[in-house]
Amino acid sequence: MISHLGSYSLIFCTIFAFLIILQSAKLIGNQSKIFPKKIYTIITLQLFFVIFSFSCLLIAFVSSDFSNITVYNNSHTEKPFFYKISGVWGNHEGSLLLWLLVLVLFLFLFILDTKNYDNKYKLLTVIFQEIIILGFLLFIIITSNPFDYIFPVPLEGLGLNPILQDPALAIHPPILYIGYVGTSLIFSSSLAAVINNTVNSEWAKQIKKWVFLSWIFLTLGIMLGSIWAYYELGWGGFWFWDPVENVSLMPWFCLTALLHTILVLEKRNALKNWTIVLSIATFSLSMSGTFLVRSGILNSIHTFANDPSRGVFILTFLFFLIFLAIIVLFIYSENDKKTSNNFNILSKETAVLVNNWFMMYFLSVVLIGTIYPIFLEVFTNEKISVGPPFYQKLMIPFLIPFFIFMSFGPRVKWINDKLKKINYTQIIVFISSLIIAYIIFTNSSVSYLFSSFLIAASIFLVLNSLRDFFSKSIQIPQKISHFSFSILILSILLNGIYSEEFNSNMKVGDELKFIDKTIKFKGINFDEKDNYKLLRGDFEVIDSGKNTLNFNPEIRIYNQPVISTSEADIKTNLFNDNFIVFTLLKDNEIFNVRYQHKPFMIWIWISIIMLAFGGTLAVIKYGK
Amino acid sequence: MISKKVKLRITFLFFLFLSLVLIVFLILKSLEENVVYFKSPTEIQNLSELTKKKVRIGGMVKKNSIEIMSNEINFVITDYKNEIRVKYSGIIPNLFEEGKGVVAEGFIQDRRFFIANKILAKHDENYMPPEVKEALETNND
Repeated sequence: MISHLGSYSLIFCTIFAFLIILQSAKLIGNQSKIFPKKIYTIITLQLFFVIFSFSCLLIAFVSSDFSNITVYNNSHTEKPFFYKISGVWGNHEGSLLLWLLVLVLFLFLFILDTKNYDNKYKLLTVIFQEIIILGFLLFIIITSNPFDYIFPVPLEGLGLNPILQDPALAIHPPILYIGYVGTSLIFSSSLAAVINNTVNSEWAKQIKKWVFLSWIFLTLGIMLGSIWAYYELGWGGFWFWDPVENVSLMPWFCLTALLHTILVLEKRNALKNWTIVLSIATFSLSMSGTFLVRSGILNSIHTFANDPSRGVFILTFLFFLIFLAIIVLFIYSENDKKTSNNFNILSKETAVLVNNWFMMYFLSVVLIGTIYPIFLEVFTNEKISVGPPFYQKLMIPFLIPFFIFMSFGPRVKWINDKLKKINYTQIIVFISSLIIAYIIFTNSSVSYLFSSFLIAASIFLVLNSLRDFFSKSIQIPQKISHFSFSILILSILLNGIYSEEFNSNMKVGDELKFIDKTIKFKGINFDEKDNYKLLRGDFEVIDSGKNTLNFNPEIRIYNQPVISTSEADIKTNLFNDNFIVFTLLKDNEIFNVRYQHKPFMIWIWISIIMLAFGGTLAVIKYGK
Repeated sequence: MISKKVKLRITFLFFLFLSLVLIVFLILKSLEENVVYFKSPTEIQNLSELTKKKVRIGGMVKKNSIEIMSNEINFVITDYKNEIRVKYSGIIPNLFEEGKGVVAEGFIQDRRFFIANKILAKHDENYMPPEVKEALETNND
């Protein structure tokens, strides 16, 4: 019953989408200042029906209605309530419904936000956004309807993959999707602005809060996925250059570039075409992310189903949108001779451009590393994978100039700045960063010339961003975000250089030495929870200073589906994380134990949250 | 006469082009060095020349083949036609079991012996890496 309702409301939404496109197209020529009430009403109705449809799926999940095939495949009566809810988007069909919900919701908010803006621009944005909405609606209804039936009705569901039953991962998709879908609105509105010939400061002022908003959610969404990978997958890293991680990083680079460029457009009315290209590219990358992950081309935990028709549909739709964007850009793009893109070498405009070049470079590295294996397999049938060394080798050398440019960029003035002959503060900052880097390296066993330069450059960036706090010309959100970014980079580098790990097969009672630490495996005990049984290990790590740390990592064996997962035990403090995870090797007797010492781990997460917080301050400021 | 502005532009474009070429070259070069090929035990048997590069081997963990030592484990990967012995030391994923699919990354020592430095995690009991599935299917033909 409830599934019928959900299904029908999706069909209503499709009809509304057609209606809105037709009506808006008809009303575009209208000179009226007031936004057509009719369209506003239909959009509200559409929003209502999407929310209704989503609620139907939610109710089906919560009430464990196994006549619905999506619920049957992904839920179970014994599953905790919280994960019944997150199960709604923990699968292909439901996650698309969530995409759709955010698409429609954002359009609605956009209409509310642009009360005083030009009608033609708004109607055009509505048309483009509705085209995207329509595409997703058809995709859902034709290839992946979340409301399909199963008969006879099964008594019990198949359950949700246990490694997805995790708080960070439960909220990861919605947060990431808000980021992804936010870029759709930037896409629609930038095409509208191109046609309307209003790619200018005013448009930039209006759209920039959407850029910031998407960027905040994308940043946090990536972080949540990364935190989850850190403690749940048990490999101890937080970024693996896995294709599915890369597809979320690519729009991030693009969006970060756009975030800076939009400010140039606002302040100087320049870089118009480049801004539009970035807007289109960001959305295309978000879409292709969905395509690559959902089509089954990339294999991972995110790949819910392997249905080629879905991949073909998204790919066709993606090409259609890109094609549409290019046509719009070619026909309507103004060749404005008045605004020149000739910047002074020493100006904020150039500084932003330099940022964009770096972002584009990082983007191309990740893009090539991610799609090259796909192409190679199609053309030569050779199966390959591109590992972390590829990315590290190509990105790390470019980080040093990037850090140095980023240290100076924020303080450069608009239009034209002058180079002081000798800047004593800079020299002091430079020398002190060298000294700090030297101190760090003399106290460690690692001594690569290159990493010492890298660390020195990142300390230089940290000190400079810190100095920026005293500058009056830089705004507070930027100060916070730039400083957090420098801390993020420094913690990632120190974490990478100083991480230590130990790995061995152990029995209860074993005691092993690792550098200056002793690891004792004291015992195991068994326990039973609602939907899983567990094995809890009891470990003790004694360091050279006779401090002991106790660890209780778990191995969980879930009832439905029968899968075992390892839960790491992580002891976190301000300076480092200590981490033990173990897996069962044989007959509850021999275990594979991994101990890791990861310095400054918590600072990686804190700095990302601060980075997003800086963005939030900007949105609050621009929203006024 | 070419004006100063045009000259500046030409130099700029030239450098832009140069750096693009350089970047593409860099990327392709490191791609070549850092890609990891996937092979099945049978493909390794049929290799004309053993590669010194890192490869991935996929197949099934042979029944009763896992031996556990204090710091390493040994096992056999099979595609039911050919098999290869694997020596490994490192973290072992939860779903590593006899009779289940596995992908190991490391270096070929000879046609029957492989030293792995990573065993790739799987997230799902029923999930089989597509490479393994395909490797098994081609051998059944």
